[in-house]
Amino acid sequence: MIPLKRTLLSSLMLLAVSNTQAQPTPNIYLQGGTQPGATACVACHGADGMGLAPAGFPRLAGLSADYLSKQLHDFQSGKRVSPVMQPLAKALSDSEITSVTAAIAAMPAPAVPAINRSRMPDGPGEKLALRGAWDRQIPECVSCHGPGGVGVGSAFPPLANQPAMYLAAQLNAWRDGTRHNDPNDLMGHIAKAMTEDEIKAVADYFSTVGHKEVKP
Amino acid sequence: MKCLLLTCTTSFLLSGAVHAATIAMEDQSQIKVPAPAEHITYFQPPQQSELPDNAYGKMVMDGYALFVDTKRQAPQFVGNGLNCTNCHLDQGRLANSAPLWGAYPMYPAYRKKNDKVNTFAERLQGCFQFSMNGGTPPAADSREITALSTYAYWLSTKAPTGVELPGRGYPDVPEPKGGYNLISGAALYKDQCAVCHGDNGQGQKVGEDYVMPPLWGKDSYNWGAGMHRINTAASFIKHNMPLGKANSLSDEQAWNVAAYVNTHERPQDPRLVEGSVEKTRLKFHANDGVNVYGQTVNGVLIGQGTE
Repeated sequence: MIPLKRTLLSSLMLLAVSNTQAQPTPNIYLQGGTQPGATACVACHGADGMGLAPAGFPRLAGLSADYLSKQLHDFQSGKRVSPVMQPLAKALSDSEITSVTAAIAAMPAPAVPAINRSRMPDGPGEKLALRGAWDRQIPECVSCHGPGGVGVGSAFPPLANQPAMYLAAQLNAWRDGTRHNDPNDLMGHIAKAMTEDEIKAVADYFSTVGHKEVKP
Repeated sequence: MKCLLLTCTTSFLLSGAVHAATIAMEDQSQIKVPAPAEHITYFQPPQQSELPDNAYGKMVMDGYALFVDTKRQAPQFVGNGLNCTNCHLDQGRLANSAPLWGAYPMYPAYRKKNDKVNTFAERLQGCFQFSMNGGTPPAADSREITALSTYAYWLSTKAPTGVELPGRGYPDVPEPKGGYNLISGAALYKDQCAVCHGDNGQGQKVGEDYVMPPLWGKDSYNWGAGMHRINTAASFIKHNMPLGKANSLSDEQAWNVAAYVNTHERPQDPRLVEGSVEKTRLKFHANDGVNVYGQTVNGVLIGQGTE
Protein backbone atom coordinates (compact mmCIF):
# COMPACT_ATOMS: atom_id res chain seq x y z
CA MET A 1 0.00 0.00 0.00
CA ILE A 2 2.59 2.54 1.06
CA PRO A 3 5.23 1.62 -1.48
CA LEU A 4 2.66 1.70 -4.27
CA LYS A 5 1.40 5.12 -3.26
CA ARG A 6 4.94 6.29 -2.85
CA THR A 7 6.00 4.92 -6.18
CA LEU A 8 3.07 6.57 -7.88
CA LEU A 9 3.75 9.83 -6.14
CA SER A 10 7.44 9.55 -6.89
CA SER A 11 6.80 8.91 -10.56
CA LEU A 12 4.43 11.85 -10.73
CA MET A 13 6.91 14.09 -9.02
CA LEU A 14 9.75 12.86 -11.19
CA LEU A 15 7.60 13.69 -14.19
CA ALA A 16 7.03 17.12 -12.77
CA VAL A 17 10.71 17.50 -12.09
CA SER A 18 11.75 16.31 -15.52
CA ASN A 19 9.19 18.69 -17.01
CA THR A 20 10.76 21.59 -15.20
CA GLN A 21 14.12 20.34 -16.38
CA ALA A 22 13.04 21.19 -19.86
CA GLN A 23 13.09 24.78 -18.59
CA PRO A 24 16.46 26.33 -17.73
CA THR A 25 16.34 24.87 -14.13
CA PRO A 26 19.43 22.65 -13.82
CA ASN A 27 19.37 19.26 -12.12
CA ILE A 28 21.25 20.17 -8.97
CA TYR A 29 21.39 16.63 -7.67
CA LEU A 30 23.30 15.43 -10.73
CA GLN A 31 25.08 18.62 -11.79
CA GLY A 32 25.45 20.79 -8.69
CA GLY A 33 24.34 24.38 -8.11
CA THR A 34 25.25 27.51 -10.01
CA GLN A 35 28.01 28.49 -7.59
CA PRO A 36 31.23 26.47 -7.91
CA GLY A 37 31.13 25.33 -4.25
CA ALA A 38 27.78 23.60 -4.74
CA THR A 39 29.08 20.20 -5.77
CA ALA A 40 26.64 17.66 -7.22
CA CYS A 41 24.97 15.55 -4.52
CA VAL A 42 25.34 12.42 -6.63
CA ALA A 43 29.09 12.31 -5.99
CA CYS A 44 28.65 11.20 -2.38
CA HIS A 45 24.99 10.22 -2.05
CA GLY A 46 24.90 7.99 -5.14
CA ALA A 47 22.85 7.89 -8.32
CA ASP A 48 20.00 6.18 -6.44
CA GLY A 49 20.32 8.54 -3.44
CA MET A 50 21.07 5.60 -1.14
CA GLY A 51 24.32 7.07 0.15
CA LEU A 52 27.64 5.30 0.47
CA ALA A 53 27.61 2.96 3.44
CA PRO A 54 31.38 2.31 3.81
CA ALA A 55 32.01 6.07 4.00
CA GLY A 56 28.99 6.77 6.23
CA PHE A 57 27.36 9.06 3.65
CA PRO A 58 23.63 8.98 4.36
CA ARG A 59 20.73 7.87 2.25
CA LEU A 60 18.71 10.85 1.00
CA ALA A 61 16.23 9.18 -1.38
CA GLY A 62 12.65 9.64 -0.28
CA LEU A 63 13.40 11.85 2.73
CA SER A 64 10.88 14.62 3.39
CA ALA A 65 11.69 17.81 1.46
CA ASP A 66 10.93 19.89 4.56
CA TYR A 67 13.34 17.84 6.64
CA LEU A 68 16.09 18.09 4.00
CA SER A 69 15.52 21.81 3.58
CA LYS A 70 15.79 22.35 7.33
CA GLN A 71 19.07 20.42 7.41
CA LEU A 72 20.54 22.42 4.53
CA HIS A 73 19.52 25.70 6.16
CA ASP A 74 20.95 24.48 9.46
CA PHE A 75 24.24 23.63 7.70
CA GLN A 76 24.20 27.17 6.27
CA SER A 77 23.70 28.81 9.65
CA GLY A 78 26.02 26.46 11.51
CA LYS A 79 23.18 25.05 13.63
CA ARG A 80 24.22 21.66 12.26
CA VAL A 81 27.95 21.04 11.92
CA SER A 82 29.63 19.13 9.09
CA PRO A 83 32.94 20.15 7.49
CA VAL A 84 31.73 18.68 4.20
CA MET A 85 28.12 19.83 4.10
CA GLN A 86 28.45 23.34 5.56
CA PRO A 87 30.43 24.97 2.70
CA LEU A 88 28.32 23.04 0.23
CA ALA A 89 25.02 24.22 1.71
CA LYS A 90 26.29 27.80 1.87
CA ALA A 91 26.86 27.69 -1.87
CA LEU A 92 23.18 26.88 -2.51
CA SER A 93 20.53 29.57 -2.93
CA ASP A 94 17.12 29.24 -1.27
CA SER A 95 15.48 28.43 -4.58
CA GLU A 96 18.13 25.81 -5.31
CA ILE A 97 17.43 24.23 -1.91
CA THR A 98 13.71 24.15 -2.68
CA SER A 99 14.35 22.56 -6.04
CA VAL A 100 16.91 19.95 -4.97
CA THR A 101 15.02 18.86 -1.84
CA ALA A 102 11.83 18.34 -3.86
CA ALA A 103 13.78 16.25 -6.36
CA ILE A 104 15.39 14.14 -3.63
CA ALA A 105 12.09 13.61 -1.81
CA ALA A 106 10.68 12.26 -5.05
CA MET A 107 13.47 9.70 -5.53
CA PRO A 108 12.12 6.20 -4.88
CA ALA A 109 12.52 5.18 -1.24
CA PRO A 110 13.40 1.56 -0.46
CA ALA A 111 10.53 -0.58 0.80
CA VAL A 112 10.55 -0.91 4.58
CA PRO A 113 8.82 -3.85 6.27
CA ALA A 114 6.11 -2.60 8.66
CA ILE A 115 7.72 -4.14 11.73
CA ASN A 116 5.22 -3.36 14.41
CA ARG A 117 5.60 -3.11 18.16
CA SER A 118 3.72 -6.39 18.64
CA ARG A 119 6.67 -8.29 17.14
CA MET A 120 8.96 -10.19 19.50
CA PRO A 121 12.33 -8.40 19.36
CA ASP A 122 15.34 -10.38 18.21
CA GLY A 123 18.52 -8.95 19.70
CA PRO A 124 19.38 -5.77 21.62
CA GLY A 125 19.04 -3.38 18.65
CA GLU A 126 15.53 -4.51 17.82
CA LYS A 127 14.63 -4.55 21.50
CA LEU A 128 15.52 -0.88 21.83
CA ALA A 129 13.72 -0.11 18.57
CA LEU A 130 10.47 -1.84 19.59
CA ARG A 131 10.51 -1.57 23.39
CA GLY A 132 12.73 1.35 24.30
CA ALA A 133 14.45 1.49 27.69
CA TRP A 134 11.92 3.29 29.83
CA ASP A 135 13.92 2.96 33.02
CA ARG A 136 15.97 5.74 31.39
CA GLN A 137 13.05 7.46 29.61
CA ILE A 138 14.16 6.09 26.24
CA PRO A 139 11.04 5.59 24.10
CA GLU A 140 10.75 2.93 21.40
CA CYS A 141 12.51 4.31 18.28
CA VAL A 142 9.48 3.27 16.20
CA SER A 143 7.10 5.33 18.35
CA CYS A 144 8.43 8.44 16.55
CA HIS A 145 10.25 7.13 13.46
CA GLY A 146 7.42 4.75 12.52
CA PRO A 147 7.19 0.99 11.92
CA GLY A 148 10.55 -0.35 10.75
CA GLY A 149 11.99 3.16 11.11
CA VAL A 150 10.28 4.22 7.89
CA GLY A 151 10.15 7.90 8.93
CA VAL A 152 7.16 10.05 9.95
CA GLY A 153 6.30 13.48 8.57
CA SER A 154 8.90 16.21 8.27
CA ALA A 155 10.40 16.01 11.76
CA PHE A 156 11.17 12.29 12.14
CA PRO A 157 13.44 11.08 9.32
CA PRO A 158 13.71 7.48 8.16
CA LEU A 159 16.24 5.33 10.00
CA ALA A 160 15.69 2.29 7.80
CA ASN A 161 18.43 1.67 5.28
CA GLN A 162 20.65 4.42 6.58
CA PRO A 163 24.29 3.32 6.80
CA ALA A 164 25.08 2.05 10.32
CA MET A 165 28.13 4.32 10.36
CA TYR A 166 25.96 7.38 9.69
CA LEU A 167 23.34 6.45 12.32
CA ALA A 168 26.00 5.78 14.96
CA ALA A 169 27.84 9.01 14.12
CA GLN A 170 24.61 11.02 14.45
CA LEU A 171 23.60 9.33 17.72
CA ASN A 172 27.06 10.03 19.11
CA ALA A 173 26.79 13.64 17.94
CA TRP A 174 23.38 13.99 19.62
CA ARG A 175 24.86 12.42 22.71
CA ASP A 176 27.92 14.66 23.01
CA GLY A 177 25.90 17.73 22.00
CA THR A 178 27.70 18.47 18.73
CA ARG A 179 24.39 17.90 16.95
CA HIS A 180 21.50 19.82 18.47
CA ASN A 181 19.18 20.96 15.67
CA ASP A 182 16.20 18.80 16.72
CA PRO A 183 12.81 20.14 17.82
CA ASN A 184 12.79 20.69 21.60
CA ASP A 185 15.88 18.54 22.22
CA LEU A 186 13.72 15.44 21.67
CA MET A 187 16.52 13.36 20.11
CA GLY A 188 19.40 14.90 22.05
CA HIS A 189 17.66 14.13 25.30
CA ILE A 190 17.21 10.48 24.33
CA ALA A 191 20.71 9.99 22.88
CA LYS A 192 22.25 11.30 26.08
CA ALA A 193 20.60 8.44 27.95
CA MET A 194 21.91 5.78 25.53
CA THR A 195 25.01 3.65 26.05
CA GLU A 196 27.70 3.10 23.41
CA ASP A 197 26.60 -0.52 22.99
CA GLU A 198 22.98 0.54 22.48
CA ILE A 199 24.02 3.07 19.85
CA LYS A 200 25.97 0.43 17.96
CA ALA A 201 23.21 -2.17 18.23
CA VAL A 202 20.39 0.10 17.14
CA ALA A 203 22.45 1.58 14.29
CA ASP A 204 23.20 -1.92 13.01
CA TYR A 205 19.55 -2.88 13.36
CA PHE A 206 18.12 -0.04 11.31
CA SER A 207 20.85 -0.20 8.66
CA THR A 208 19.73 -3.72 7.78
CA VAL A 209 16.09 -3.67 8.85
CA GLY A 210 14.86 -3.85 5.27
CA HIS A 211 17.25 -6.63 4.32
CA LYS A 212 16.59 -9.18 7.07
CA GLU A 213 12.96 -9.60 6.14
CA VAL A 214 13.58 -10.63 2.55
CA LYS A 215 15.52 -13.69 3.72
CA PRO A 216 13.43 -16.84 3.24
CA MET B 1 -26.09 35.37 27.89
CA LYS B 2 -25.55 36.31 31.51
CA CYS B 3 -28.85 34.68 32.34
CA LEU B 4 -27.81 31.53 30.49
CA LEU B 5 -24.49 31.43 32.28
CA LEU B 6 -26.22 31.87 35.61
CA THR B 7 -28.63 29.08 34.75
CA CYS B 8 -25.74 26.86 33.79
CA THR B 9 -23.87 27.63 36.96
CA THR B 10 -26.91 27.10 39.09
CA SER B 11 -27.81 23.84 37.45
CA PHE B 12 -24.17 22.79 37.69
CA LEU B 13 -24.16 23.42 41.43
CA LEU B 14 -27.57 21.86 41.92
CA SER B 15 -26.77 18.79 39.88
CA GLY B 16 -23.44 18.48 41.64
CA ALA B 17 -25.20 18.39 44.97
CA VAL B 18 -27.95 16.07 43.79
CA HIS B 19 -25.52 13.74 42.08
CA ALA B 20 -23.19 13.65 45.08
CA ALA B 21 -26.10 12.78 47.35
CA THR B 22 -26.93 9.70 45.32
CA ILE B 23 -23.39 8.34 45.65
CA ALA B 24 -22.93 6.48 48.86
CA MET B 25 -19.48 5.06 48.20
CA GLU B 26 -16.16 6.44 47.14
CA ASP B 27 -15.09 5.54 43.65
CA GLN B 28 -12.53 2.88 44.45
CA SER B 29 -11.06 2.84 40.99
CA GLN B 30 -10.36 6.58 40.81
CA ILE B 31 -8.81 7.08 44.21
CA LYS B 32 -6.78 10.27 44.55
CA VAL B 33 -3.15 9.56 43.80
CA PRO B 34 -0.68 11.76 45.66
CA ALA B 35 2.36 13.24 43.92
CA PRO B 36 5.22 10.74 43.78
CA ALA B 37 7.80 10.95 46.53
CA GLU B 38 11.47 11.43 45.70
CA HIS B 39 13.73 8.39 45.26
CA ILE B 40 10.87 5.96 45.37
CA THR B 41 11.37 2.37 44.26
CA TYR B 42 8.48 1.21 42.16
CA PHE B 43 7.11 -2.27 41.75
CA GLN B 44 9.07 -4.18 39.10
CA PRO B 45 6.95 -6.27 36.74
CA PRO B 46 8.51 -9.50 35.45
CA GLN B 47 10.63 -9.73 32.31
CA GLN B 48 9.40 -11.37 29.15
CA SER B 49 12.36 -13.75 29.25
CA GLU B 50 10.84 -15.24 32.42
CA LEU B 51 7.64 -16.27 30.62
CA PRO B 52 7.02 -20.00 30.44
CA ASP B 53 6.75 -21.57 26.99
CA ASN B 54 3.23 -22.87 27.39
CA ALA B 55 -0.39 -21.87 26.81
CA TYR B 56 -0.24 -19.28 29.60
CA GLY B 57 2.94 -17.69 28.21
CA LYS B 58 1.35 -17.55 24.76
CA MET B 59 -1.78 -15.91 26.16
CA VAL B 60 0.38 -13.29 27.91
CA MET B 61 2.05 -12.52 24.60
CA ASP B 62 -1.35 -12.32 22.87
CA GLY B 63 -2.39 -9.76 25.45
CA TYR B 64 0.84 -7.89 24.98
CA ALA B 65 0.30 -7.73 21.21
CA LEU B 66 -3.26 -6.46 21.72
CA PHE B 67 -2.02 -3.87 24.16
CA VAL B 68 0.62 -2.31 21.91
CA ASP B 69 -1.14 -2.79 18.58
CA THR B 70 -4.80 -2.61 19.54
CA LYS B 71 -6.21 -0.95 16.45
CA ARG B 72 -4.79 -3.58 14.12
CA GLN B 73 -5.21 -6.59 16.43
CA ALA B 74 -8.82 -5.89 17.43
CA PRO B 75 -10.20 -3.64 14.68
CA GLN B 76 -13.82 -4.57 15.36
CA PHE B 77 -13.56 -3.16 18.90
CA VAL B 78 -11.55 0.01 18.16
CA GLY B 79 -13.51 2.86 16.62
CA ASN B 80 -10.68 5.39 16.64
CA GLY B 81 -6.96 5.51 15.94
CA LEU B 82 -5.65 4.63 19.40
CA ASN B 83 -3.75 1.78 21.02
CA CYS B 84 -3.76 0.95 24.75
CA THR B 85 -0.08 1.85 24.96
CA ASN B 86 -0.75 5.45 23.89
CA CYS B 87 -1.92 6.24 27.42
CA HIS B 88 -0.11 3.43 29.27
CA LEU B 89 3.52 3.88 28.24
CA ASP B 90 6.14 1.17 28.07
CA GLN B 91 3.55 -1.54 27.27
CA GLY B 92 1.64 -0.86 30.48
CA ARG B 93 4.75 -1.25 32.63
CA LEU B 94 5.72 2.33 33.43
CA ALA B 95 5.08 3.83 36.87
CA ASN B 96 2.91 6.98 36.88
CA SER B 97 1.60 6.01 33.47
CA ALA B 98 -1.35 3.99 34.78
CA PRO B 99 0.62 0.72 34.74
CA LEU B 100 -1.38 -2.50 34.58
CA TRP B 101 0.36 -3.81 37.69
CA GLY B 102 -1.10 -0.86 39.60
CA ALA B 103 -4.63 -1.55 38.36
CA TYR B 104 -5.09 -5.30 38.15
CA PRO B 105 -4.63 -6.05 41.89
CA MET B 106 -7.21 -3.31 42.77
CA TYR B 107 -10.15 -5.13 41.15
CA PRO B 108 -12.96 -5.94 41.70
CA ALA B 109 -13.74 -2.36 42.79
CA TYR B 110 -16.73 -0.08 43.07
CA ARG B 111 -16.83 2.51 40.29
CA LYS B 112 -18.90 5.64 40.47
CA LYS B 113 -18.85 5.75 36.68
CA ASN B 114 -21.37 2.93 36.40
CA ASP B 115 -22.38 2.75 40.07
CA LYS B 116 -21.52 -0.88 40.66
CA VAL B 117 -18.71 -3.21 41.62
CA ASN B 118 -16.68 -3.86 38.49
CA THR B 119 -14.49 -6.82 37.70
CA PHE B 120 -11.22 -6.19 35.88
CA ALA B 121 -12.88 -7.55 32.72
CA GLU B 122 -15.61 -4.91 33.04
CA ARG B 123 -12.95 -2.26 33.55
CA LEU B 124 -11.26 -3.33 30.30
CA GLN B 125 -14.63 -3.24 28.55
CA GLY B 126 -14.93 0.36 29.72
CA CYS B 127 -11.59 1.16 28.09
CA PHE B 128 -12.84 -0.26 24.79
CA GLN B 129 -16.16 1.57 24.99
CA PHE B 130 -14.79 5.00 25.89
CA SER B 131 -11.04 5.39 25.33
CA MET B 132 -11.11 3.30 22.17
CA ASN B 133 -14.59 4.54 21.13
CA GLY B 134 -15.30 0.98 20.10
CA GLY B 135 -19.07 0.60 20.40
CA THR B 136 -20.14 -2.69 21.99
CA PRO B 137 -17.02 -3.97 23.79
CA PRO B 138 -15.66 -7.52 23.53
CA ALA B 139 -17.46 -10.00 25.82
CA ALA B 140 -15.96 -10.74 29.24
CA ASP B 141 -14.94 -14.23 28.06
CA SER B 142 -13.74 -13.09 24.61
CA ARG B 143 -10.24 -13.69 23.28
CA GLU B 144 -9.46 -9.97 23.67
CA ILE B 145 -10.50 -9.59 27.31
CA THR B 146 -8.98 -12.93 28.29
CA ALA B 147 -5.64 -12.09 26.66
CA LEU B 148 -5.49 -8.54 28.08
CA SER B 149 -6.48 -9.76 31.56
CA THR B 150 -3.82 -12.46 31.40
CA TYR B 151 -1.22 -9.88 30.36
CA ALA B 152 -2.25 -7.59 33.24
CA TYR B 153 -2.23 -10.49 35.70
CA TRP B 154 1.27 -11.49 34.56
CA LEU B 155 2.58 -7.93 34.90
CA SER B 156 1.21 -7.98 38.45
CA THR B 157 3.13 -11.13 39.41
CA LYS B 158 4.07 -10.88 43.10
CA ALA B 159 2.22 -7.56 43.53
CA PRO B 160 0.04 -7.45 46.65
CA THR B 161 -3.73 -7.59 46.13
CA GLY B 162 -5.81 -4.61 47.18
CA VAL B 163 -2.81 -2.43 47.98
CA GLU B 164 -2.42 0.99 46.36
CA LEU B 165 1.07 0.66 44.97
CA PRO B 166 3.19 3.78 44.44
CA GLY B 167 3.22 4.60 40.71
CA ARG B 168 -0.38 3.50 40.06
CA GLY B 169 -2.57 5.73 37.93
CA TYR B 170 -1.43 9.20 36.99
CA PRO B 171 -0.46 11.08 40.15
CA ASP B 172 -2.58 14.20 40.75
CA VAL B 173 -1.24 17.54 39.59
CA PRO B 174 -2.74 20.48 41.49
CA GLU B 175 -4.84 22.89 39.46
CA PRO B 176 -3.20 26.32 39.04
CA LYS B 177 -4.49 28.84 41.60
CA GLY B 178 -5.93 31.12 38.93
CA GLY B 179 -7.40 28.18 36.97
CA TYR B 180 -6.18 27.06 33.57
CA ASN B 181 -5.45 29.31 30.61
CA LEU B 182 -6.48 28.17 27.13
CA ILE B 183 -4.38 30.77 25.31
CA SER B 184 -1.20 29.67 27.09
CA GLY B 185 -2.24 26.07 26.47
CA ALA B 186 -2.58 26.73 22.74
CA ALA B 187 0.87 28.34 22.63
CA LEU B 188 2.48 25.45 24.48
CA TYR B 189 0.69 22.95 22.24
CA LYS B 190 2.08 24.65 19.13
CA ASP B 191 5.54 24.81 20.64
CA GLN B 192 5.91 21.30 22.09
CA CYS B 193 3.08 18.99 21.02
CA ALA B 194 2.27 19.80 17.40
CA VAL B 195 5.57 18.34 16.13
CA CYS B 196 4.12 14.88 16.87
CA HIS B 197 0.36 15.30 17.25
CA GLY B 198 -0.12 17.80 14.38
CA ASP B 199 -1.36 21.40 14.28
CA ASN B 200 -4.95 20.24 14.61
CA GLY B 201 -4.47 17.38 17.05
CA GLN B 202 -4.87 14.94 14.20
CA GLY B 203 -1.83 12.78 15.00
CA GLN B 204 0.43 11.38 12.30
CA LYS B 205 0.08 8.24 10.23
CA VAL B 206 2.27 5.94 8.20
CA GLY B 207 0.00 4.39 5.59
CA GLU B 208 -3.28 3.53 7.31
CA ASP B 209 -1.90 3.31 10.83
CA TYR B 210 -1.35 6.06 13.34
CA VAL B 211 2.16 6.40 14.73
CA MET B 212 1.42 9.46 16.87
CA PRO B 213 -2.09 9.34 18.34
CA PRO B 214 -4.78 11.89 17.49
CA LEU B 215 -5.70 13.98 20.55
CA TRP B 216 -9.07 15.20 19.40
CA GLY B 217 -11.43 14.75 16.47
CA LYS B 218 -13.18 11.60 15.24
CA ASP B 219 -10.18 9.28 15.72
CA SER B 220 -9.48 10.17 19.36
CA TYR B 221 -11.01 9.12 22.72
CA ASN B 222 -14.66 9.96 23.17
CA TRP B 223 -16.39 12.24 25.65
CA GLY B 224 -16.93 9.36 28.05
CA ALA B 225 -13.23 8.48 28.42
CA GLY B 226 -11.44 9.34 31.65
CA MET B 227 -8.87 11.26 29.62
CA HIS B 228 -11.54 13.85 28.68
CA ARG B 229 -11.18 15.20 32.24
CA ILE B 230 -8.75 18.09 32.23
CA ASN B 231 -7.34 17.01 35.60
CA THR B 232 -6.67 13.46 34.34
CA ALA B 233 -5.08 14.68 31.10
CA ALA B 234 -2.95 17.17 33.06
CA SER B 235 -1.72 14.35 35.29
CA PHE B 236 -0.95 12.12 32.31
CA ILE B 237 0.84 14.92 30.46
CA LYS B 238 2.89 16.08 33.42
CA HIS B 239 4.21 12.59 34.15
CA ASN B 240 4.55 11.29 30.58
CA MET B 241 4.80 14.01 27.94
CA PRO B 242 6.58 14.98 25.76
CA LEU B 243 7.59 11.38 25.07
CA GLY B 244 10.94 10.75 26.77
CA LYS B 245 10.79 14.07 28.65
CA ALA B 246 8.50 13.26 31.57
CA ASN B 247 8.08 15.96 34.21
CA SER B 248 9.65 18.63 32.02
CA LEU B 249 6.49 20.77 32.06
CA SER B 250 5.34 22.79 35.06
CA ASP B 251 2.04 21.88 36.75
CA GLU B 252 0.52 25.00 35.24
CA GLN B 253 1.74 24.17 31.72
CA ALA B 254 0.34 20.64 32.03
CA TRP B 255 -3.07 22.00 33.05
CA ASN B 256 -3.12 24.67 30.34
CA VAL B 257 -2.29 22.28 27.54
CA ALA B 258 -4.62 19.58 28.91
CA ALA B 259 -7.43 22.13 28.91
CA TYR B 260 -6.54 23.21 25.38
CA VAL B 261 -6.68 19.60 24.16
CA ASN B 262 -9.89 18.77 26.03
CA THR B 263 -11.88 21.78 24.86
CA HIS B 264 -11.76 20.39 21.34
CA GLU B 265 -14.55 18.28 19.91
CA ARG B 266 -14.29 14.48 19.96
CA PRO B 267 -16.67 11.53 19.47
CA GLN B 268 -19.90 11.76 21.46
CA ASP B 269 -20.27 10.14 24.86
CA PRO B 270 -21.86 6.76 24.04
CA ARG B 271 -24.05 7.19 27.15
CA LEU B 272 -25.77 10.20 25.52
CA VAL B 273 -29.07 10.66 27.35
CA GLU B 274 -32.10 11.10 25.06
CA GLY B 275 -29.93 12.84 22.46
CA SER B 276 -29.35 15.72 24.86
CA VAL B 277 -25.89 17.06 25.68
CA GLU B 278 -27.34 18.91 28.67
CA LYS B 279 -29.00 15.79 30.12
CA THR B 280 -25.79 13.85 29.55
CA ARG B 281 -23.79 16.57 31.25
CA LEU B 282 -26.06 16.51 34.26
CA LYS B 283 -26.01 12.75 34.56
CA PHE B 284 -22.39 11.92 33.77
CA HIS B 285 -20.17 15.00 33.65
CA ALA B 286 -21.34 17.46 36.28
CA ASN B 287 -19.63 15.53 39.05
CA ASP B 288 -16.70 14.09 37.12
CA GLY B 289 -13.55 16.05 37.91
CA VAL B 290 -12.76 19.12 35.82
CA ASN B 291 -14.23 18.91 32.34
CA VAL B 292 -16.00 21.17 29.83
CA TYR B 293 -18.53 18.71 28.42
CA GLY B 294 -21.84 20.50 27.89
CA GLN B 295 -20.33 23.87 28.70
CA THR B 296 -19.99 26.87 26.42
CA VAL B 297 -16.41 27.86 25.69
CA ASN B 298 -15.72 30.97 23.58
CA GLY B 299 -19.34 30.96 22.49
CA VAL B 300 -19.39 27.32 21.36
CA LEU B 301 -21.22 24.46 23.07
CA ILE B 302 -18.70 21.71 23.77
CA GLY B 303 -19.73 18.05 23.68
CA GLN B 304 -21.64 17.93 20.43
CA GLY B 305 -19.44 15.10 19.18
CA THR B 306 -17.82 14.58 15.80
CA GLU B 307 -19.24 13.51 12.42
